[in-house]
Amino acid sequence: MSKTKLLEIDALQVERESKEILRGISLSIGHGEVHAIMGPNGSGKSTLANTLMGHPSCEVIGGTVNFSGQDLSDLEVNQRANSGMFMAFQYPMEIPGVPLTTFLREAMNTRRGEGNEIGVREFRKTMLEKMELLNMDPAFASRYLNQGFSGGEKKRCEILQMAMLEPSLAILDETDSGLDIDALKIVAEGVNAQRGDHMGVLIITHYQRLLTYIQPDRVHVMVSGQIVESGGPELALKLEDQGYDSYVNRVAEGV
Amino acid sequence: MSTEAIQPPTTSIEFDYKHGFHDKEKAAITTDPGLSEKIVRQISALKNEPEWMLELRLQGLQAFESRPMPDWGADLSEIKFDDIRYYVKATDRGAEDNWDDVPEYIKNTFDRLGIPEAEKKFLAGVGAQYDSEVVYHSIQDQMAEQGVIYLDMDGGLREHEDLVKKFFAKMIPVNDNKFAALNTAVWSGGSFVYVPPGVKVDLPLQAYFRINAEAAGQFERTLIIADEGADVHYIEGCTAPVYARDSLHSAVVEIIAMPNSHVRYTTIQNWSNNVYNLVTKRAFAHEGASVEWIDGNIGSKVTMKYPAIHLLGEGARGEVLSIAYANSGQHQDAGAKIVHAAPNTSSTITSKSIGNGDGRSSYRGLLKVDRGATDARSFVRCDAMLLTPESRTDTYPYIEIEEEDAQIGHEATVSKIGDDEIFYLMSRGLSEEKATSVIVTGFFEEFIKELPMEYSVEMNRLIELEMEGSIG
Repeated sequence: MSKTKLLEIDALQVERESKEILRGISLSIGHGEVHAIMGPNGSGKSTLANTLMGHPSCEVIGGTVNFSGQDLSDLEVNQRANSGMFMAFQYPMEIPGVPLTTFLREAMNTRRGEGNEIGVREFRKTMLEKMELLNMDPAFASRYLNQGFSGGEKKRCEILQMAMLEPSLAILDETDSGLDIDALKIVAEGVNAQRGDHMGVLIITHYQRLLTYIQPDRVHVMVSGQIVESGGPELALKLEDQGYDSYVNRVAEGV
Repeated sequence: MSTEAIQPPTTSIEFDYKHGFHDKEKAAITTDPGLSEKIVRQISALKNEPEWMLELRLQGLQAFESRPMPDWGADLSEIKFDDIRYYVKATDRGAEDNWDDVPEYIKNTFDRLGIPEAEKKFLAGVGAQYDSEVVYHSIQDQMAEQGVIYLDMDGGLREHEDLVKKFFAKMIPVNDNKFAALNTAVWSGGSFVYVPPGVKVDLPLQAYFRINAEAAGQFERTLIIADEGADVHYIEGCTAPVYARDSLHSAVVEIIAMPNSHVRYTTIQNWSNNVYNLVTKRAFAHEGASVEWIDGNIGSKVTMKYPAIHLLGEGARGEVLSIAYANSGQHQDAGAKIVHAAPNTSSTITSKSIGNGDGRSSYRGLLKVDRGATDARSFVRCDAMLLTPESRTDTYPYIEIEEEDAQIGHEATVSKIGDDEIFYLMSRGLSEEKATSVIVTGFFEEFIKELPMEYSVEMNRLIELEMEGSIG
């Protein structure tokens, strides 16, 4: 195992629209580990994901984040991506007029750097293989990025991008929302095919069901911008059973 | 008055020498600034034109002088008509101007677009020669076998006077508007195209190839005649910025599409940002004919251009697909005009515009269905995208319908380039500039995909260049 952690979050505080959303989060993910953050709506899970990726609306007011030994605050969004971070969006954007293939090849080549661009044939071959794995119609390759895609198609397209870009850390922001069980299995298979020593995963989810298909190493419960409990995969099952109420009440009383 | 005299600039021989041209017999010819009847007569005399053309020119001059400036559209109050040289012989242009005077930003853009050396000089208005004669002539030979005529307008008038006389200023009458009138008075250069019945011209005709032959100019005049069942695609311009020393460009393009013919006219204009680009374009489409204006406007200070199609015969079809990109200090007032004058005619107008910096774009369109034009179908869509809070867009859609059964659709959208879209693309590794240009390219996709390959590649590169420096 490498000495530096893949991701090291220390006492992170974040404001969004002048409101403090994350109130001192600490969390560390080793290379190849899969962590899940679970919590009720409004607990700040998605803010954590967006802060890591660098959304302009998330303002870090305290704490530090280290990603592969680099201080995240020094990095622009695209630099984070090119250092190996990837986020599968909860609501992927529709970009009219930009074919998925064109866009993905652009992104891959940016990542690979000048002089190391992927050949058109190799790219096409890889892309079609990954699409097959995700049960995506090859016709999607020439469709405009996410435009007119159903919710499930968008999520699969996110996982396709992840598979092509081969990140060292994949953040899945509510990837399971809006997916039926078949689509959920396909997405999970896509992630499992990819996971291993070279890719750590941070799964953000409200529900336990995705974790049935992607076994996490660690589960953290987030309530009101704080991590209130961490444990192994069994914690997810406990939450499924008992819900978040006891945590929410405890935090409310503590304040 | 000496300002009216046509005289060779005394320095022309020296400049010729400096640029490596040694043709001492060729005297440079340029009119002094300003416009008068005498100048119009001199232009006509220089070209040895028939009397009727001189008459037309003089009518044009009269109409130009008597018509007021348009009180709508873009601000034209800064045009100094008296400072303009109304005739500069194209082959002498390079001799007069100096590459060193071409603004740095234009030169840089040429480099970034990978424009070949010889072409750069022409585009910058400082090269008299463009070495494409060989290509041009081989295309010429092929077309000549099919009976296609493709000449510069002056050559067309000399060699095919009957055809020119029959159609010149028939689609756009002399007094149609102030700037078409001005063009009629002082026109020079432009293209003359005739495609015989049933002939399909496979390759697009590109004005590019005819640069030696006075193709371009401030007051170019183009006439395209597609005879019955003919098929032709004409392309003018290119994506590189064209540096014009003179700030007024006022062209006229007329197209006549005879029954069942098909004409597509593609324009990409990227004038340097000192130019007023005021262009009149009109096509007549007869029975079963179809005409398409594919029109891209990128540069200039002010552009006013509304390509028009009159659907005169039953079943005629018209399409205007245009894009406009207004950067800081620019106003693109562009649109389309379609008149349904016969039954069962159809049309579409698609206008896409982008505002950046404090740039301003306006869509101005007229859709008219005449009495008797039953079963007309038309769809108008205008989309605007604003890249900055300071940019501005307006829509002026005029619709006049005189037949009840017309099916008309109209759709307009304005979007802002959002933080979330940029964030999404950047999260995949693209820089902010690249992300913006990807979104802009996507917005123009409908237009770009209609361009021949080499143009669409250039167009994409140009959009990237335009985005650079506009961020951060």
